[in-house]
Amino acid sequence: MSRRANMLFALVLAPVLALVSSGSALAEEAQRWAINMPKGVTPVSNAIYDIHMTIFWICVVICVGVFGVMFYSMYVHRKSRGAVAANFHENTTAEVVWTVIPALILVVMAIPATKTLINIYDAADAEIDVKITGYQWKWQYEYLGEDVTYLSELATPESEIYNTAPKSQYYLQEVSQPLVIPVKTKVRFLITAKDVIHSWWVPDFGVKKDAIPGLVTESWTYVEEPGVYRGECAELCGKGHAFMPIVVNVLEKEEYNAWLGEKKTEVAAIRELAKKTFTLDELMVKGEEAYNRSCASCHMANGEGIPGVFPGLKGSVVAVGDISKHLDVVVNGVSGTAMQAFGGQLSEVDLAAIITYERNAWGNDTGDVVQPIDVLKFKQGQ
Amino acid sequence: MAHGPAKGIGRWLFTTNHKDIGTLYLWFSFAMFLLGGFFAMVIRAELFEPGMQIIKPEFFNQMTTMHGLVMVFGAIMPAFVGLANWMIPMMIGAPDMALPRMNNLSFWILPFAFTLLASTLFMEGGAPNFGWTFYAPLSTTYAPDTVNYFIFGVHIMGASSIMGSINIIATVLNMRAPGMTLMKMPMFVWTWLITAFLLIAVMPVLAGAVTMMLMDINFGTSFFSAAGGGDPVLFQHVFWFFGHPEVYIIILPAFGVISHIIPTFSRKPLFGYSSMVYATASIAFLSFIVWAHHMFLVGMPIGGELYFMYATMLIAVPTAAKIFNWISTMFRGSMTFETPMLFAIAFIILFTIGGFTGLMMAIAPSDIQYHDSYFIVAHFHYVMVAGAVFSGTAAVYYWLPKWCGRMYDETMGKVQFWVSFIGFNLAFFPQHFLGLAGMPRRYADYALQFSDWNMISSIGAFTYGAAQLLFMFNVIRTIRSGTPVSEPKTWEGAEGLEWTLATPVPYHTFSTPPEVK
Repeated sequence: MSRRANMLFALVLAPVLALVSSGSALAEEAQRWAINMPKGVTPVSNAIYDIHMTIFWICVVICVGVFGVMFYSMYVHRKSRGAVAANFHENTTAEVVWTVIPALILVVMAIPATKTLINIYDAADAEIDVKITGYQWKWQYEYLGEDVTYLSELATPESEIYNTAPKSQYYLQEVSQPLVIPVKTKVRFLITAKDVIHSWWVPDFGVKKDAIPGLVTESWTYVEEPGVYRGECAELCGKGHAFMPIVVNVLEKEEYNAWLGEKKTEVAAIRELAKKTFTLDELMVKGEEAYNRSCASCHMANGEGIPGVFPGLKGSVVAVGDISKHLDVVVNGVSGTAMQAFGGQLSEVDLAAIITYERNAWGNDTGDVVQPIDVLKFKQGQ
Repeated sequence: MAHGPAKGIGRWLFTTNHKDIGTLYLWFSFAMFLLGGFFAMVIRAELFEPGMQIIKPEFFNQMTTMHGLVMVFGAIMPAFVGLANWMIPMMIGAPDMALPRMNNLSFWILPFAFTLLASTLFMEGGAPNFGWTFYAPLSTTYAPDTVNYFIFGVHIMGASSIMGSINIIATVLNMRAPGMTLMKMPMFVWTWLITAFLLIAVMPVLAGAVTMMLMDINFGTSFFSAAGGGDPVLFQHVFWFFGHPEVYIIILPAFGVISHIIPTFSRKPLFGYSSMVYATASIAFLSFIVWAHHMFLVGMPIGGELYFMYATMLIAVPTAAKIFNWISTMFRGSMTFETPMLFAIAFIILFTIGGFTGLMMAIAPSDIQYHDSYFIVAHFHYVMVAGAVFSGTAAVYYWLPKWCGRMYDETMGKVQFWVSFIGFNLAFFPQHFLGLAGMPRRYADYALQFSDWNMISSIGAFTYGAAQLLFMFNVIRTIRSGTPVSEPKTWEGAEGLEWTLATPVPYHTFSTPPEVK
């Protein structure tokens, strides 16, 4: 109840709050009632903000002028005040004036816009190249030349989304592993997608670029302050569109190098793990976890899919039939359908665990065990 | 001389009378408006608070898609075709439309198109869920099977629009009363003539786009699939080559309506008639060469980006001229503020705001931040709802007494106006803030910092929705039991051939052409 009252109170005060956002309690309220674009932390985002504000104020001035005349007229030239209509209906000079003046204002707007755009398009001389791949519904980050690749998925639990648990501070804005980049370094993003079109947006960087299957688009950033920056997918990409956020962790350069070193070790360890032989139980535990992360959004946690859109796996021909067919579908995907090729996304251990899980869960009791080495052999054999 | 309407349902099924067909179009579009509005209410109810409460994300996407498709193709476009059917023959002194049987056909295929589309809601896989812009490959490889119903529905709507346009062009060019030169035509007729040419130019492009989709989905082609040598961006080029003129198809007739209402209630002739005609034609021309400003983020070369930015900014010039002309019409007039005038003034204010946000988005570098955020949702609702829907509402209040010989309830009309105006702004103004603060469009759920403005927006949307029920009630009450009026001129300041006819308008009019001096 008090929340409602509070809300109405704040509604009235919102514009005022935005103006006096210097006080700390007020600053928090102002952020909650944010009404403007963030200035951001890159030269590009700052330039965009400046153009945005310039044009906004030009529009406000024109609005005040035009509506001022209109409201004056509405007040003074009313029949109830005894106004008698004039009969003028043409004036070439006026027409010329109000065609030429807006055209000149547009030229004034176009100059800074053109300069900024040329700068935005200059992605040359980047020190680090990160390839960003959009999938339904997660991002993959690949540090080109560094042999580091990983997926970044939503970390908010379903229980918060479906209101059975209280929502945390960064509800829908937290991921399994953020993108990590160093501060004060030009980082180039090569953006693409593997299934449908996504769009990679971090407002604080002033970076938004479509991720298009079959094409690679380019963008770049130069972040001036370390910190955690949050963004989201901006192009409708199916049912998980709202659930594939972006988190970028901007570190000092030394911290970044340390992180990259750790990451490389981690990758090597995972590769080593692929040589190990697991028991059915181990694979089932790993498999359930990996399945829920990578497969359940379409095939559902109960393996029943969504009729007419995503096929169920419970008792399906693929999941209880020939193992190599099952491997083929998971590793290579099914072209012409929404089934992605997971071979390049997941580790051999995860792939083996998922396939084993699918062949033994929900009453698919085939007893089959697929080891990471089997997946590796399958991949090498094709 | 002339016979009256046939009896029973046959009157409506077989009618070739422009007034009957106009009425059919208007009621059909109102039904679609309520359906699309219902979808919008579902969307806003789900977005009332963060978290998924009422529906699932996949159904949310079906709602946003169906809301857009039904509103654009089912509500707004047929509404203005309905007004054209009613008013064009009366305004140019013609007895009827030039091609009355085709007129009947172009209406009666529409209910089938929308039945096909709406029936997908009850099918396995659900309704189209890829947004009203249906970008490939989400709408091809990744679409539910029901996409084929959608494609067939779009084909039928396109055929209907093309037939309607041919009819309007044939009527306007051939059936004007003696003495009515092109430059003496009422503005509504002018805007519709230009709109009809736009429709004929771009509806086949839309048909081409959906046919290529049909081929990709069912016959193994790869127009929009990179894996087969095609290009998903090609889809966007084709779609927006249709889609951008489409928004002017929607708004130009609205400009026409406003250009009648403002002079009537200002009791002063329209300022700058010929510049209005030229501005309309310039906007129509520019609409063909700016389409890729919807695609600033697909990775176009910088030359393309700059060209589309400059060309788009140019549209502000003729549009501004129109606003200035309307305000000069009001200036030193003798104004009264009946319901149609209130809606027309609100149109000018809110459309101007929508125009300014449009100009902001034309600036390619800033568009990086606005693109696909709630800012664009706010922008196009300012031009579509406050533009097209407000002017359509104004048109109905303006001409309804003439059509049925009964006056609407002025108090109820004004109440509807104020509730609509407040509800609309409460719903859509905060969406500017949401977009700037970083909330993307078509989100079924959102982060916590967007909670408060979303709740306010939902409250505004419900308010605006409720006002439309009041509108329906007022119109039905007027037709059934409004105060009878019989003067040819409902409004003191109204000018034009339609106001020389008896009130209510007889079933057949202008069997002998009037003379225009």
